[in-house]
Amino acid sequence: MSGASLLPRRRAPLLRQVLRACEARRMWPLYLIFVTFTLLALFAPWIAPYPPAEQDLFARLKPPGTAGSEGIYWLGTDELGRDLLSRIIHGARVSMMVASLSVVVSLVTGTAIGLAAGYFRGPLEVVLMRLVDIILSIPAILLAIIAVAVLGPGLQNLVIVLGFTRWPRYARVAYGQTLGIANTPYVAAARFIGLPWWRILLRHVLPNIIAPLIVVATLEFGLMIIWEAGLSFLGLGVQPPLPSWGAILSTGRNYMGSAWWIATLTGACLFLLVLSVNMIGDFLRDRFDPHSIRR
Amino acid sequence: MNSFLAKRLGQTVLSVWGVITIVFVILQLSGDPTLLMVPEGATQEEIDILRRQLGFDRPMIVQYGDYLWKLARLDMGVSLVQNIPVIDIIAPRVGYTLYLAFAALLVAFGIGLPVGIYIGVFRHSALARALTAVVLVGQSMPTFWSGILLIMVFAVSWEILPSSGAEDPSSIILPAITLGALSMATVARITRTAIIEELGKEYVRASKARGLSFAAVIRRHVMRNASIPLITIAALELSNLLAGAVIVETVFAWPGLGLLAIQSIEARDFPVVQVLVLLGSVVYIGLNLLADILYSVVDPRIKLQGGRP
Repeated sequence: MSGASLLPRRRAPLLRQVLRACEARRMWPLYLIFVTFTLLALFAPWIAPYPPAEQDLFARLKPPGTAGSEGIYWLGTDELGRDLLSRIIHGARVSMMVASLSVVVSLVTGTAIGLAAGYFRGPLEVVLMRLVDIILSIPAILLAIIAVAVLGPGLQNLVIVLGFTRWPRYARVAYGQTLGIANTPYVAAARFIGLPWWRILLRHVLPNIIAPLIVVATLEFGLMIIWEAGLSFLGLGVQPPLPSWGAILSTGRNYMGSAWWIATLTGACLFLLVLSVNMIGDFLRDRFDPHSIRR
Repeated sequence: MNSFLAKRLGQTVLSVWGVITIVFVILQLSGDPTLLMVPEGATQEEIDILRRQLGFDRPMIVQYGDYLWKLARLDMGVSLVQNIPVIDIIAPRVGYTLYLAFAALLVAFGIGLPVGIYIGVFRHSALARALTAVVLVGQSMPTFWSGILLIMVFAVSWEILPSSGAEDPSSIILPAITLGALSMATVARITRTAIIEELGKEYVRASKARGLSFAAVIRRHVMRNASIPLITIAALELSNLLAGAVIVETVFAWPGLGLLAIQSIEARDFPVVQVLVLLGSVVYIGLNLLADILYSVVDPRIKLQGGRP
């Protein structure tokens, strides 16, 4: 079949690829952790036993299992008598919202820039990819710190800052993949029959480069959860009364001697979520390693 | 001098210029940089005077040129809060951060290297699998959680180590372990990969055929070749440790540059924050350059042609 090489290599639809990757039995506990946190985040207001900001000054720093006025404080209370379990559940919501929004922002920006640089080449390529090199050579945490410090803390600015700091990661991957795809005969053919550039990019190039980008996005999602918590821990992230895991940990640091549960349990949730996301990401990377994907 | 090094140096200069420009742009993004520079509760009159003093009323391109010129002369400006040159605030803190970063690097290599060698050489043993899991866990623990846990165990419960500050010589132990844990995982993983790769090569079989003991093969040949990527990693990890120090110093109230950055943000002392970010970035970029140069110097087979793999 000599004509076959002109056609794009047929691959299973993305959804089926992902599902097939999910079959490995040893990964199930990790999916369970991840899905649990996702559900907690989505349905936080209905699952959490207390409103996250409701204070009860008579029930300050109660250890886990203490009976309160409206039920049991399963994970204890903090320095203002707020239910820790409810704050962790709502914190999951904030954390995952910031992480997913910033991943979407940087994924879309980075992919668009990488596609443009790899497809149009020329001076555009030089300028864009140099910019990618520069931003990747700055320690991202410092960039985020000064940006948040200038723009002011808060959920919206956090997403903008994280999104802006991280897009070069995606741009580099999208660029490399696009370079390979743009030279294939079927893209040339699409150009010859007069398809507009945006249609070629969206219909013929993008679907072929999306798998490695999703792997990067998964790994980045874990990183963004840590960063959100880290910046909130430093007081540069989400502001009260919104509960954030980083901010709860920062309070917990002040009550290490009297209330071990605040920092320990909140950190444990953060750790479990990040661990599961990282391991799923590693697993997906082994499956869809960009080097092993044939073009 | 050759083309790779020249190209790499050019990139470095470009990166440094990029950082400086990005910081300038970010400061402009705030709308009016004067507002970042005034103490709280200043009157409009005071703001206007300061704007003229700092030159923020001039065209942006003039400001940019002036900003570059000042940096070129290493004029770092004056702290708003303490009213002394920024350099005098930063200088006494540098030592603390360097001390912490190097101590953490020592922890990372002191533990990561033997662990990496073990899980590389005996990769199918049960202990190696257990260690691999521990390494993975260590890598996923955010420092602001592991640090707090260490304080709770060693400082609050057992009271054998200080929880914060830098007065006692033993104060360095907990921050160094916390910060080093992240790099330890990287060191262990890279050692393992390098060892496994070397073990698969022909010369290992040849040495065994020559009658060398397995231990001697590992020590004399495998380790020597496997150490090449590790030297590069040391420079790269040092730069990551310096960046990670911001959070660890906050957790342990370690009086280094990271804590200073956070304190300066809280005090809205922008000239200090700006210099710290620029300094951190330049050091980071410099260490990355060093890693590339080391990589080609250490391994004569590479002869400065390509970059890192």
